[in-house]
Amino acid sequence: MSTPASFQSACPFPIENYPQILLAHGGGGRLMHQLIQRMILPAFKNPWLDAQHDASVIEPGGSRLAFTTDSYVVRPMFFPGGDVGSLAVHGTVNDLAMAGAKPLYLSAGLIIEEGLPMETLWKILSSMQRAAQAAGVQIVTGDTKVVDRGKGDGVYINTAGIGVVEHSLSITPTSVRPGDVVLVSGDLGRHGIAIMAVREGLEFDTVIESDSAPLAAPVLALVEKGVEIHCLRDITRGGLTSVLNEIAEGAGHPIHIEETQVPIREDVRAACEILGLDPLQVACEGRMVAVVPEREVERVLDLWRGFGVSAGAAVIGRVAEKGTARVLIRSAIGAQRILEMGSGEQLPRIC
Amino acid sequence: MKFVDEYRDPAMAHQFRRELARITTRPWTIMEVCGGQTHAIVKFGIDELLPPQVRLIHGPGCPVCVTSLELIDQALDIASRPGVIFCSFGDMLRVPGSQKDLLSVKASGGDVRVLYSPLDAVRIAAQNPGREVVFFAVGFETTAPTTAMAVCQAARLGLKNFSLLVSHVLVPPAMEGLLSDPECQVQAFLAAGHVCAVMGYEEYLPIAARLRVPIVVTGFEPLDILHGILMCIRQLESGRAEVENQYSRAVRREGNLPARQMLGEIFRVVDRKWRGVGEIPGSGLALAEPYRAFDAALKFGVSQLSVNEPAECQSGLVLKGRIKPAECGAFGTRCTPEHPLGATMVSSEGACAAYYRYRRDPSIIPNS
Repeated sequence: MSTPASFQSACPFPIENYPQILLAHGGGGRLMHQLIQRMILPAFKNPWLDAQHDASVIEPGGSRLAFTTDSYVVRPMFFPGGDVGSLAVHGTVNDLAMAGAKPLYLSAGLIIEEGLPMETLWKILSSMQRAAQAAGVQIVTGDTKVVDRGKGDGVYINTAGIGVVEHSLSITPTSVRPGDVVLVSGDLGRHGIAIMAVREGLEFDTVIESDSAPLAAPVLALVEKGVEIHCLRDITRGGLTSVLNEIAEGAGHPIHIEETQVPIREDVRAACEILGLDPLQVACEGRMVAVVPEREVERVLDLWRGFGVSAGAAVIGRVAEKGTARVLIRSAIGAQRILEMGSGEQLPRIC
Repeated sequence: MKFVDEYRDPAMAHQFRRELARITTRPWTIMEVCGGQTHAIVKFGIDELLPPQVRLIHGPGCPVCVTSLELIDQALDIASRPGVIFCSFGDMLRVPGSQKDLLSVKASGGDVRVLYSPLDAVRIAAQNPGREVVFFAVGFETTAPTTAMAVCQAARLGLKNFSLLVSHVLVPPAMEGLLSDPECQVQAFLAAGHVCAVMGYEEYLPIAARLRVPIVVTGFEPLDILHGILMCIRQLESGRAEVENQYSRAVRREGNLPARQMLGEIFRVVDRKWRGVGEIPGSGLALAEPYRAFDAALKFGVSQLSVNEPAECQSGLVLKGRIKPAECGAFGTRCTPEHPLGATMVSSEGACAAYYRYRRDPSIIPNS
């Protein structure tokens, strides 16, 4: 039997490398990047997907809308500073905000494990509603499915979101220019460490709370004041490292970072030292990177410092003209090294 | 952060740099034994601060890297069996055996769990009396005491479903082994501070005296390492060969006596094969006779498994300090952290992984 030449039935992933999905394929590092590049993009090829934004900007009937989706499978469902419900709202709101859009409507798909106490479900739904209200969005459609006991961690949530784009900026890595300044909106790594501390039963002097929060307000403040934003990315799995590598790759220009300028709270650094993790690879859920021209830096800092969620904003580096590595970081004692995207899950070290 | 920032102070680092430049008159080659130090050196760019005459070579001190292929294959065999809960430190999961790794076993349905402490494996065994719980006990003298404690607890609880695949290795025999190699270029050692926190440094005294080599017990922060190197160079320049302790905030001459006593009771010293290096006499720990019931290799009948290492992997030369990772033909091409040919590429403490992560760009690899 022959196959028409135009139809590619063979799996494009080099099968000899990975005959099956590993957890690392979802870890936000190189493996996930490869999965998207080699499987997802070729499967659905179109200009919106190819742009690889956190949210796609579509223009039906003359309006400009941002559209995105994300699924939330966090374990444990409840953690200091949030839960799977608030996370499912914040994450999708933030993806819309990264297009400079005003988030308006969300959907909610619940995949519930048999046996989940009603009270737990109610707590999660209430938390979603509170988060939606705080972020100024409505949950306008949804779906529920129940799976057998043991086939889910309590509840998985998928949310999709629509927002309206009221600017004419092109907020994307390709807008990034040499000389641009790289900022983060606050201290890094708290979400990942909050989750890890609960999972590993680690206790610190103070409870480390997740940074999970909506980022639309500080982004819209920039848009409303006409700040020339070149690129925005929220920092999630893979941490700052993955975001910077993605921006640098898309921009075609290297990024240089000063390690001592990257804000990381003392307790998060300590936890990372103990666990053998790199704080620059730890997940956040309410932090973003912005790349702007140098003349806009002061305005961004001023505007961001007016919001609790971005009060800790800081300049961390700069876009360079060219170089062989995507991201270089200058260490505390002054030497430079590559900031390489992790491979997948960060694995705790032996000693 | 207290106990960290004061050891990463740039001004102090440059003082050490100036002092090293001032006193160094000849070429010297120093080996840092421990993989944790290798990572700190590459991550912070410590080698870039050294005078050009000082060459660092990266030693075999990564327990993940030196665990033999046989032991990894034994682990994979056991972990693949139904009913087994296989517990391991995180960085063993991606280490390639001859066919696959523990992550693939997990993806195929094996119950493989990442733990921070072997004591957690004892707890899991007590909670799951119907399952066999196996702990992959990897590490140097640093992690061996917690393994010993786990064996003690399991014995006290009378657990029948708990066992360990013991792969602990000892540092001093490896250092002696390296020095006995006629091609060895090492003129001084930074000894691993954490190993010495447990064992003390008395064992090193005869090595330093007999083989005329300075040994400086050194910590892991950038200033510790610079200080340790400075102490080595001072000895080399003045013709001394002594054991000195840079890491005095954590290491005492006699080490941690209760931990040493427990090691003596639970384990016996055996010959051990090191991946990429070969067998080193008296360089491993195995369970002592009274605790043999906890030996997973015996329990699961895998101790006869024997395999050969892939020919292309030059990790042996890297571990002996004969070549730098980037000098290997497969580095960064056929051998990457996703598809490591050998364990030095996979472990977070492996020299190849450190170079891949921080130094892949050849323009920032300093000449050495």
